[in-house]
Amino acid sequence: MATTTAGSTFVTKILRFRELAIVVAIVLVFALTYLKNSSFASTASIQQMLSGPSIIIMLAVGETLVIVTRNVDLSVGSVLGLSAYLVGDLFVHYPHMPVAVALLVGLLIGLVCGVVNGAIVAYARVPALVVTLGMLYIIRGIDAIVVNGVQIQPSQIPQSFVNLGSGSLIGIPYLFWIAAVAVAIVGYVMRTFRPARDLYAIGSNPEAAILAGVRVPRRVFSAFAISGALAGLGGALWLAEFATVASTAGSGYELNVVAAVVVGGVAIFGGSGTILGAALGALLLNTIDQALVASRVSSFWNQAVAGILLLVAIAFDRYVSLRAEKILRVEGAHRDNA
Amino acid sequence: MERVEAPEEAPSSDGHTVVNPHESEALLVVERATKFFGPVKALVNGSITLYPGEAHALLGENGAGKSTLVKILAGVHSADGGYITLDGVAVKFSNPIDAREAGISVIYQEPTLFPDLSIAENIFMGRQPLRSGKRIDRSEMLRRAEDVFVRLGVPLEPSRLARGLSVADQQIVEIAKAISFNAKIIIMDEPTAALTEVEVQRLFDVVATLRAQGAAIMFISHRLEEVFAMCQRVTIMRDGAFVKTSTIDDISIDDIIYSMVGRDIVSLYGEHSRTPGVTVLDVEHLTREGVFTDITFSVRAGEIVALAGLVGAGRTEVARGIFGIDKLDAGTVTMAGQRIKTGSPLQAMNAGIGFVPEDRRQQGLVMQMAIDRNASLASIARLSHLGIIRQASERKLASEWAARLQLKFGRFSNPVMTLSGGNQQKVVLAKWLARQPRLLIIDEPTRGIDIGTKAEVHRLLGELVEQGIAVLMISSEMPEVLGVADRILVLHEGRLAAEFSRDEASEALIMRAAAGQMKAVAS
Repeated sequence: MATTTAGSTFVTKILRFRELAIVVAIVLVFALTYLKNSSFASTASIQQMLSGPSIIIMLAVGETLVIVTRNVDLSVGSVLGLSAYLVGDLFVHYPHMPVAVALLVGLLIGLVCGVVNGAIVAYARVPALVVTLGMLYIIRGIDAIVVNGVQIQPSQIPQSFVNLGSGSLIGIPYLFWIAAVAVAIVGYVMRTFRPARDLYAIGSNPEAAILAGVRVPRRVFSAFAISGALAGLGGALWLAEFATVASTAGSGYELNVVAAVVVGGVAIFGGSGTILGAALGALLLNTIDQALVASRVSSFWNQAVAGILLLVAIAFDRYVSLRAEKILRVEGAHRDNA
Repeated sequence: MERVEAPEEAPSSDGHTVVNPHESEALLVVERATKFFGPVKALVNGSITLYPGEAHALLGENGAGKSTLVKILAGVHSADGGYITLDGVAVKFSNPIDAREAGISVIYQEPTLFPDLSIAENIFMGRQPLRSGKRIDRSEMLRRAEDVFVRLGVPLEPSRLARGLSVADQQIVEIAKAISFNAKIIIMDEPTAALTEVEVQRLFDVVATLRAQGAAIMFISHRLEEVFAMCQRVTIMRDGAFVKTSTIDDISIDDIIYSMVGRDIVSLYGEHSRTPGVTVLDVEHLTREGVFTDITFSVRAGEIVALAGLVGAGRTEVARGIFGIDKLDAGTVTMAGQRIKTGSPLQAMNAGIGFVPEDRRQQGLVMQMAIDRNASLASIARLSHLGIIRQASERKLASEWAARLQLKFGRFSNPVMTLSGGNQQKVVLAKWLARQPRLLIIDEPTRGIDIGTKAEVHRLLGELVEQGIAVLMISSEMPEVLGVADRILVLHEGRLAAEFSRDEASEALIMRAAAGQMKAVAS
């Protein structure tokens, strides 16, 4: 039995190691850039490093729920844009709207979009890739119509709301606090509650999930609804951060989000991965982004580096699973000997 | 192992011991259940009655409607007609949860595990033990899983991921899952197909314990000797309909086979003696660390050599090593005097080796692909011209082999998954035979195949060796090993433990060698 435990801890270790590896990478990038450009460690720079990825982290949390079920939500960038604009528009008409109400409205707008996605994917059984790609364009179109060339200007957004996007508490930006709270809550839920474990079951083996009595459509629906809601909330936060919204707000975000999630160790075919990992993935991609800027490397490199990281992450996962398989194999042999 | 008790004597929770079926009320009655899939009648008349405390075999060839009946009881399909009563109350299950809550637990033929989750979570998915605030109590979950494994007497680590478990271990997790429900009715759809005799024996003990506790077991198996060892009654189905129910004492194997197939099968294994020819395969000192060590043997033309042993002894792994699927750490493989490069299935194929794997669905076939395409898959190079596959030759090859193997099918363009298990196996055979191999490695040739087709597969193997092909067969079914092979190699913990000729081999000898007791005095 002892050897069995040893093999299992190897696998668990690797899974934890996965998150640790990202932390190490972040520290490494940070340290190397600091050596080149000491202003990289200034308070402003660090604050930027935390607030920059906060919104992506929010979206990555929701995206993780969806990807874990072996689906994908490509509409999050558009949902963010729509939510940002509509909340901003609401401020134009009701300048004294409380901050909490604005956030709630953003969340609800996203929820509506997520519910539509979820209903079509889970109940009409249309592949998520197609549904959410369609939603991406539809919402972007709606966005263009509502915006109609009239952008939201910073002057139209109350200071209290802008503070949310730029202020900080004990040196850490509010935005990052909000993202961290989302990561903590959803991360805890994903480990602790039955419906959340159902999501892993669905992604790991959909047929078996049905046989185990998992309410597959309901759970997939919920994952999309939550992803939408978090993207909507992210939209409101976007408004707070930038105070200006054009119809293109959040364009292409969906790919950054999916990249962050995958770099963070969430299996693209579902079944495994953690919220914390996804968040760290977002943090890493953003840190690299800023490091390249601080090192005065051409911004063209940003995307290339993100792409390389994506491939490295996938190659790493593949290596680890092969390695784990070998360990389990040897361990299995020992078990039979015992 | 702490749990050493004669299960028959284990007191049940409500006081009585083994229940005589006919003295108590029926637990489950299924009467004239029907099920149609479009125009296909999967079940015409499904009828069976289970009493508490009995193990009841449900027998029939593949396609007799057993699995459909099981899925109706599991709540996966809903019946189109007939009725089901449970404890005298009419029931209808619209989903698996209904059935589970009614106390019916099913072990499916194909393991249905979540590879990314721990074994414990696999067992308790959807009903994980909770603590305050509906939070999952992980340590309690691990503890309960551990309990079940202790009851089963298997050393599986509950916190381990299910990924990478052998088929037998997967099956054990399925059994653990069913047991953990404390179900009143446990349906086992071929639970022993991937298990070795020792594990089967353990399963029998568990079943006896469950019976003593008043549960009813419905047992589906193609291994009749197990049915006789374990069950008190049998119900036989043919072509989707009930044929008869009998107590085990009032029926013979011949009666059962006759009822199942509607005709006599004279003998499952004919007598034969062969004179093997030149050596075809020579393996020396094959080693794959942690899996098998120093394996040396040879197979000659015109003989069937069986690799026997317990699951995990390394039988399949040796075969995979020879065929080049897994890398070897040491050793050589020689085909007809030519050493072949190991670690390359292509080299092995070119040297004349064919490999029929254990897991037809995953490894032997492309299930969604057409029958003819599957059959020609290993011969594509020969059938194509300038890189373009000629469909006509593909079809010609398929029809040739379909005729030779007596394949039962609708159209060649139908996906292979529409065939029964036995006919699927014939397609895999056709695929390799079309390459005219000199050595055929065949892993569990008749796993999950009904008796009629089983005999046919055995006859086919016989014909092949008559024609001078060498066959290396891996089998967990003792009658198959004893009945088909000319020579038997027994593996124990990755090492060759013994070799027997057909004449000297016996079930007891093989089991003793497989259990590593060859030199010790049998206890």
